[in-house]
Amino acid sequence: MSLDVRFPIGGMFSIIGAILVVYGLVSDPAIYQKSLGMNVNLWWGLALLVFGLVMLGFAFRAKPPTNGS
Amino acid sequence: MLGIGWALRRRIRSSEDFFLSGRSIPAWIAGLAFISANLGAQEVIGMAASGAKYGIMTSHFYWVGAMPAMVFVGLFMMPFYYGSRARSVPEYLKLRFDEKTRGLNAITFAIMTIFSSGISMYALAKLFELVLGWSFHWSIVLSAVIVLIYIFLGGLTSAIYNEVLQFFLIVLGFLPLVLLGLKDVGGWSGLTAKLATVATNAGFEPGAWSHSWKYMDSPSHNPMGMEWFGLVMGLGFALSFGYWCTDFLVVQRAMAAGSMTAARRTPLIAAVPKMLMPVLVILPGMLAIGLHASRGGFLPIGSDGQPEYNLAIPMLLGHYLPTGLLGLGLTALMASFMSGMAGNVTAFNSVWTYDIYQTHIRPGQTDGHYLRVGHAATVFGILASVAAAYSATRFNNILDMLQLVFSFVNGPLFATFLLGMFWRRTTGHGAFYGLLTGTITAALHYGLTLPRGAVPGIKGGFLGAVLHVYPSEMALNFWTALFAWTGCFVATLLISLLTKRTKTDDELRGLVHSLTPRQRDGDMPWYKRPVTLAVGILVVSTILNIIFW
Repeated sequence: MSLDVRFPIGGMFSIIGAILVVYGLVSDPAIYQKSLGMNVNLWWGLALLVFGLVMLGFAFRAKPPTNGS
Repeated sequence: MLGIGWALRRRIRSSEDFFLSGRSIPAWIAGLAFISANLGAQEVIGMAASGAKYGIMTSHFYWVGAMPAMVFVGLFMMPFYYGSRARSVPEYLKLRFDEKTRGLNAITFAIMTIFSSGISMYALAKLFELVLGWSFHWSIVLSAVIVLIYIFLGGLTSAIYNEVLQFFLIVLGFLPLVLLGLKDVGGWSGLTAKLATVATNAGFEPGAWSHSWKYMDSPSHNPMGMEWFGLVMGLGFALSFGYWCTDFLVVQRAMAAGSMTAARRTPLIAAVPKMLMPVLVILPGMLAIGLHASRGGFLPIGSDGQPEYNLAIPMLLGHYLPTGLLGLGLTALMASFMSGMAGNVTAFNSVWTYDIYQTHIRPGQTDGHYLRVGHAATVFGILASVAAAYSATRFNNILDMLQLVFSFVNGPLFATFLLGMFWRRTTGHGAFYGLLTGTITAALHYGLTLPRGAVPGIKGGFLGAVLHVYPSEMALNFWTALFAWTGCFVATLLISLLTKRTKTDDELRGLVHSLTPRQRDGDMPWYKRPVTLAVGILVVSTILNIIFW
């Protein structure tokens, strides 16, 4: 059985993105001095989440109607 | 964060051979697999190190080197590879020439994989040293143990699959770094201002780090120490064509495509993201050296008194990324180190076991015997990589060392391929002695010259007399490659003319250009034809060259 590579990519980045968003929301703002005062965990996490979901979306849409190959 | 990445990677590994079995791989994924095979740790760390050491001239590796070479592979080389179904370079050489040419190439290739894996190991150990605070020796041991475990757990069963994931990990892990860095220095104009300080401190014109061609009239006017002819011929021709046309770690990805047309399009599609890679890998190096000059000592100083250019990316990661994103960046780096090492050690293992041991040392043994030899080769490969990793400590830029290895192996090999593929008169003896001559020429050139400021030894000049001193390590590499290519080309040509052909036209069908059916693209819509893509790529890379002139 072969698996569309977009599933794992989409899944992985959705999860990583979600974790980063949550972490961005609860983390101490002081750590963002490094990143020029921007909460990069939150924003980049959101970007990764969107990317991951788009990948998953494409993967589901491209799923062949028949089984196999 | 790290754990999740690993857990996912482990699960994904079981869904093997997606690429080789599936017929419906979207073209863009095949293209990504093609460049992912090349976008390893060496690329990330090495190109950033070069961006810091040589400035934007490093982009020549892309817009002068990789682009035309990838176009050439797609248009001209793929038909032979795909048609002959050779699985490796040694295998093609055996089909086209003879057993001894294959054997010689297998040996140089095996040495190359050891150095490649050693360089990755060095970079990983440097990262451990920085992050964990361990001594370099223990960091090397740790890296070696990790890669050993990785390989024996079957970390390579679906290499191509992992590489595509890794590509996205690297791109998405490093992009925030570049964006933050650029914002911090005040955009491109802020960066050029900082780089002007770097350049004047080093005794060059202010624009020497931010112009790719302008100061290439003389080797003494730019940090790379090259003038345009040597660069175009040495890097653009010998090294880049040599690498992209003969490195099967990369070429194999295109061979997994479903049809000849798809295989030819793969390198061309791959060229599109490849063209943009400098933003991700060279720019951080330039940012790091800019910060180094303006904020004093951003990069640690190595034992040779130069900044440790290899640390550009790790230092930037630590500087800009907070807990959280930092984990993502480090995961991306480690994943690429691991697969870089594992890929090379495994390639070493198969070349040693099948192309050398089985063919020349002990043929006709049981499969179990070769399997044990393979395991032993893996352990030996890792130990040898450790030695190579220690030799890498002498280079402040791992790309300098990597290209040195390529100049020995890929430079002459490309001449052999060129003659073999386009001239049916090329003979087995010609190819073998030509390749040998090319490699010896490289050794002579390397042994008789030195980069500026280096002592004779691993950096060259070990043959007693130093006939020429190059301004930089990279300049020496480019000229080594060009000498090696020329040596191999001339020797192959002459010896072929003096020896008799051993292969008939019939045996060479599909292996030589004039004996291979022409590719017809006439029935495709024009925008899908490989030629259209190729022209587009060359036009855009020309424009990029002009913008950053």
